[in-house]
Amino acid sequence: MSIETPAAQAGPFAHEPVSISRTMGLVMLALLPATAFGLWQFGWPAIYLFAATIASALLFEVVSLRIAGKPVGPFIFDGSALLTGWLLAMTLPPWAPWWIGVVGSFMAIVIAKQVFGGIGQNLFNPAMVARVALLIAFPFEMTSFVEPAPLFSADTPGLLEGLAITFGGQGFDAYSGATVLGHVRTELGQGLSLSGILPGFFAPLSGAIGTVAGSMGETSAILILLGGLFLIFKRIITWHIPLAMLGTIAVLATAMNLYDPEHYTSALYHLVSGATLLGAFFIATDLVTSPVSTRGQLLFGAGCGLLVYAIRTWAGYPEGVAFAVLLMNACTPLIDYYIKPRVYGRDRKGAPIEYADDAEVES
Amino acid sequence: MKLFKIRGGVHPDDRKQLAAGQQIENLPMPALLHIPLQQHIGAPASPAVRRGQMVAKGDLLANGQGMISAPVHAPTSGRIMGVGSYPAHHASGLSVPTITLKPDGEDRWADHIQGVADPFALQPEEVASRVAAAGVVGLGGATFPAAVKLNLRKKYRLHTLVINGAECEPYLTCDDRLMRERSADVLDGIRIMAHALGVERIVIGIENNKPEAQAAMAVVASEFPGIRIARLPTRYPMGSEKHLVQTLTGRETPARGLTADIGVVVHNPATAFAVHEALRYGYPLVSRVVTVSGKAISEPRNVRIPLGTRVQDILDYCGGFKVEPDRLISGGPMMGQPLPSTRVPMVKGSNGILALTAEETNVQEAMPCIRCASCVHACPCGLVPLEMAAHIRVGDLEGAVGRGLMDCIGCGSCAYACPSHIPLVQFFNYAKGEMAARGRAKQKQAETKRLAEQRTERMEALKKAKREAMAKRKLEMAAKKKAEAEQQAAAAAAPKVESAPADAKAPAETEA
Repeated sequence: MSIETPAAQAGPFAHEPVSISRTMGLVMLALLPATAFGLWQFGWPAIYLFAATIASALLFEVVSLRIAGKPVGPFIFDGSALLTGWLLAMTLPPWAPWWIGVVGSFMAIVIAKQVFGGIGQNLFNPAMVARVALLIAFPFEMTSFVEPAPLFSADTPGLLEGLAITFGGQGFDAYSGATVLGHVRTELGQGLSLSGILPGFFAPLSGAIGTVAGSMGETSAILILLGGLFLIFKRIITWHIPLAMLGTIAVLATAMNLYDPEHYTSALYHLVSGATLLGAFFIATDLVTSPVSTRGQLLFGAGCGLLVYAIRTWAGYPEGVAFAVLLMNACTPLIDYYIKPRVYGRDRKGAPIEYADDAEVES
Repeated sequence: MKLFKIRGGVHPDDRKQLAAGQQIENLPMPALLHIPLQQHIGAPASPAVRRGQMVAKGDLLANGQGMISAPVHAPTSGRIMGVGSYPAHHASGLSVPTITLKPDGEDRWADHIQGVADPFALQPEEVASRVAAAGVVGLGGATFPAAVKLNLRKKYRLHTLVINGAECEPYLTCDDRLMRERSADVLDGIRIMAHALGVERIVIGIENNKPEAQAAMAVVASEFPGIRIARLPTRYPMGSEKHLVQTLTGRETPARGLTADIGVVVHNPATAFAVHEALRYGYPLVSRVVTVSGKAISEPRNVRIPLGTRVQDILDYCGGFKVEPDRLISGGPMMGQPLPSTRVPMVKGSNGILALTAEETNVQEAMPCIRCASCVHACPCGLVPLEMAAHIRVGDLEGAVGRGLMDCIGCGSCAYACPSHIPLVQFFNYAKGEMAARGRAKQKQAETKRLAEQRTERMEALKKAKREAMAKRKLEMAAKKKAEAEQQAAAAAAPKVESAPADAKAPAETEA
């Protein structure tokens, strides 16, 4: 979308050295450690899927911009399509076939973003729209996870075997494994209790480091946490959404765990498993689709946390970050409408402040 | 002293090192001065001199008129070349009423210029009226007549005078240099203003990027118990008077109100210096210190210039441009305005001339808003700039007003921080201007309607009066005719009775 403004006569005639591409670039930089870890851990098929997803995201962006008659250059180099493809790839099962990535990119870029008017106009997080659409349309491919099979180690698929898995539709039953969330969910559903499920299957440390089955870039809680803290440090995001979301999950999980430890997992389990951290630092904080005021962000984050916990615990899916974020995205306009910062010199209702006494200058 | 936090704000690179080390120099007298009659907020001054007249330095050139106005004085001795119009010190470059003065080179003060031995012996009203007569206005850039602010004591319960030495705009160092070099004089002016306001407590706020000014003012202030130096964190817009007062008192000025509502009056150090000169020596405001800076300027300087000096004369004194500037700005880079040409004259409110390179202005094509909330975090007034801009973009100005447009102080923090480089201030200025124009149009419409209605009423009244007069005349005519008819009848009946014509006429006449 081009903005028609006359040659700016009004100031300021200085500008912070910031731009959209810098913002997107810093987010990608923050994602890099967790991504590199995921690609290493899941080997060539993951690398191929990652490449296919990002390449198709860029391609769909270019085609959409062409059709919309917008300049391709500035919008492709703003990095937003690259980041969307990247985030989507991070949430896919690492050995999913190539077309999962391509269809996902189509959903994210064309349906969720460009149809709404391009960058800044989308109501829902594009990567999450794609992820949810894929999960519902292709439940088998989207839930076929593998055990970690690091690059260059013995009995991991090599370059060519990887090609066969990603592009040739070759099965990989020998490697398949269940995610912690999925496994625990299934076992609980069969009437087992947690003390029988968790020992020997879930260890907080491996969850934190990420040497477990899971989506391509979601497994390493520590690396994602590092990336998230980096974003807060660089002031790309603020702490409000992540803290509210993680805090809500932790409080709910702890309360339920205390109430019935045999059926409700602990806070730590929830925090290091699945997409919790990726969601809290990289998905829910998506600038376009989250509220703009700090109080709005706290509410938004808490809503995400509540929904994640509720979906994981009581609904039909083992993981709920994507659903939770989308549902809260839908609330963002409402939150922004009702929750605004207090205007200087006015009370919350908008009336000018009145003082009963004189101000004092303290020494 | 204890300071309070303000919301929002940004930390622009202050680039004060360019000019901060330069001592204030006096500009050599230019060949010609163009002195605009409107150098302040309020009504323009009306000329008091004629073409060809010789004036001495400090002679009155134009009288202030109205409650909020300020007189204009001759910046030097010389001959009045004309009272006409000349391009204004304004982005529009439109011409405004201006007096042109050709200096005679003597720079001779008028004989009547005389100071007061002890300003503190004067009544507060007397101090304010001398400040008013000297044409002193707020020299921080707002140019509000200083005397009006000194008279606030009549309407408000005041307790503190705050001196706004924050100088939070990047590049500008004129207040910094003045506080460093003329600290005793600045302090004297401050104390005179406090006397006029009838307040005991004085706080001088100076940002931490000016340690020398803080030290210099602290030294001269140490003799007086009621004066404190506040060391302000360096953050834009600390120099916004409402935010400065909040930093010092913890209180926000009520919306649409003045800092006087919470008992505080804010003045600028340069204004204090002008008050000192006006009271001690009787000098009216005829010169000021200007920072000439920016990376396109050959020799950044702080210069004391006679008012009415052309920008070009100052640039020449500073060695001209090193490189072709991207922008020529009057004031600071955050709230200053671009100058259309270098021939415009300097006015009381011009505190800086900046020639900025493209690298400094960092102008980029605007991209769509990504709702990153940088502007929300940057706004010191608790507004949501991205929302206001979205409403203005689609022409919903009332929507923008409903979201606080009129509470916007135009500081530019939002636009400074915007990663999409959206010219938010441009949006807001457009909307504010358009709303003001609509307000005027509405008022004009109402006034037109009122006048039209009055006219209709008048016309109706006239018509009515006419109708009544006509009716009356008809009645008279009828009566007359009747009387005549009777008379004729009587005459016909008694043609021989000639002795009583007077009696017969009498009733008709009485009737008339």
